[in-house]
Amino acid sequence: MTTTTPKLPEAVLPDVLENPPARSRRSSAPTADRTALSVSDWRRPRVRRTWNTMHVVLLVVLVVWCVGPLLLLGKFAITPTQDILRTPLAIFPNGVKWSNLYEAWFDINISKYFVNTVVLAAGSWVSQMLVATTGGYVLSVLRPRWAKYAQALVLATLFVPAVVLLVPLYLIILHPPLVDHSLVNSFWAVWLPAGASAFNVVLVTRFFDNLPREIFEAAKVDGAGPFRLFWSIVLPMSKPILGVVSVFAVIASWKDFLWPLLVLRNPDLQPLSVRLPSLEATTDKGTLMAAYAIATIIPILMFLVFQRMFLRGAGLGGAVKG
Amino acid sequence: MTSHALVDRPSRRRTPVSWVRGGGLTTLVFALPMLVIFGVFSWAPIVKAVVMSFQKTNLIVTEWVGLENFQRVFADPVLPMAVRNTAYFALLALIFGYPVPLIAAVLMSEVRRAKGLYSALAYLPVVVPPVVAVLLWKFFYDPRPEGVFNTIIGYVGIPPQPWLQSATSAMPSLVLEATWAAAGGTVIIYLAALTAVPTELYDAAEVDGASVWGKVWHVTMPQLRGVLLITFILQIIGTAQVFLEPYLFTGGGPANATVSVLLLVYRYAFQNSLGGNYGMATALSLMLAAFLAVMSLVYFRLTRSWSTS
Repeated sequence: MTTTTPKLPEAVLPDVLENPPARSRRSSAPTADRTALSVSDWRRPRVRRTWNTMHVVLLVVLVVWCVGPLLLLGKFAITPTQDILRTPLAIFPNGVKWSNLYEAWFDINISKYFVNTVVLAAGSWVSQMLVATTGGYVLSVLRPRWAKYAQALVLATLFVPAVVLLVPLYLIILHPPLVDHSLVNSFWAVWLPAGASAFNVVLVTRFFDNLPREIFEAAKVDGAGPFRLFWSIVLPMSKPILGVVSVFAVIASWKDFLWPLLVLRNPDLQPLSVRLPSLEATTDKGTLMAAYAIATIIPILMFLVFQRMFLRGAGLGGAVKG
Repeated sequence: MTSHALVDRPSRRRTPVSWVRGGGLTTLVFALPMLVIFGVFSWAPIVKAVVMSFQKTNLIVTEWVGLENFQRVFADPVLPMAVRNTAYFALLALIFGYPVPLIAAVLMSEVRRAKGLYSALAYLPVVVPPVVAVLLWKFFYDPRPEGVFNTIIGYVGIPPQPWLQSATSAMPSLVLEATWAAAGGTVIIYLAALTAVPTELYDAAEVDGASVWGKVWHVTMPQLRGVLLITFILQIIGTAQVFLEPYLFTGGGPANATVSVLLLVYRYAFQNSLGGNYGMATALSLMLAAFLAVMSLVYFRLTRSWSTS
């Protein structure tokens, strides 16, 4: 959504995404992927010892600094409240309390907010995919005379900071055009603005630009119309970029806070991110930590499953804060 | 750009019929989602922001007030604090968060086994929902001696700290969490840039007898300067709009020590007992955007000769 739209100047885009990715995971040519240290550097005992030590230290730092807080969260989720408050770092001094998870899911209705979060993410994904693929198709493949103006207008929004949109966008949701009732407390208020991601349109257009034109011509000769070409040729050939756009659409929606806070005032409609801060003060710590863990597990699982897409997309600057 | 790849255009005069036959209507159908969504949810709010900053509205009656919104923003005694805090946040975020991902990425690019594990670990905090991260860290910053961080620093003999409760340590505490949440993304950007360094340069440096550190310093670093310049300004643009950390950690306290500019915009519009002051909110957000735009232009002008990418 508006507050998390990634921004980047075109210069950050490396070639990776513009060419369909190579099939094999490891390149067999050793000369192609050398780094600052050469093979002969690695043969020298002193270099080898220094760098191996640094790598072990780095691994320990990464585990403690990046994963440590999450491991603690996982531990808290199944620890009795008294132990969380008195001895937060002790490992289960008084046993494990699995019922934290049960209490979070049922007693404080995390299940409901979880479903809201999933529905919001799914709708935002549909909206972003629809706008990015059809928009990219127009700008890259159909190319009407006015394409360059549309492209410029879309690109220009990349340079407008999200902060400018916040208040006026809220007022537009309050009094949307053509619809005579407010979209506040409607999922559409989150789904529709999510589609306006210039970053997605740029990524998809760039990818379409690099698809071989001969295939389009051949399909046209065989009688495929623009819809057929879009659905049966362009989209299936673009799975790599659609995967990247998809995982970032879902994660961005899951992470979003400010926008759903503004437009979904009814607690029954709020996603986890909006609901958790208001539960913080009144909920038992054990239950609360279980709720945090439930809110975190889906993005983490998605990351573990689609790791390569995440890292490829993040290399494009997708993680840069807008 | 000039070839119309798929649409056969008649060279005759264009009429509505020839436009539809030539595929103009189909193209428009495909373009509709993009035009409508960007029009209504991107361009309309941008235009509206400019208009609203010169207006006063209670959503029923709207009147033009000239520069009054801007004058009232400047008269707000909280504004200088918000600007100072935001600048301080951005500065601390650079000190904490700018060199570390670079060092980590350079080290990681030399890893020979399980390279993927390193980048996965580094990136993991980025996918954690920011609200959960902030609330979890808020618990870590528990000022009691039994708090998580106070327990840890107690191991090395440091007395318990007030963290978020004190005006001096609140902001660094916010930045520490923000760095935890964001650094992984920067690491991955640098790793991607490192794979693009031309390998012949390393070969050439070796022929000239460069040491390992010589290669890192004289080949890798200069080759990264383009991406380093960009991540620098992007980080400043991002941190200048910090909202979540002050809002959830401290609500701007203690004693406005962590109020950020965006938190002030939010307060004007949505936490106002007198009803939302949308004019002042848009005026302040436009000034922030204008400042960022001018700063970026000056930055790229100044560094243009330096980055030859």
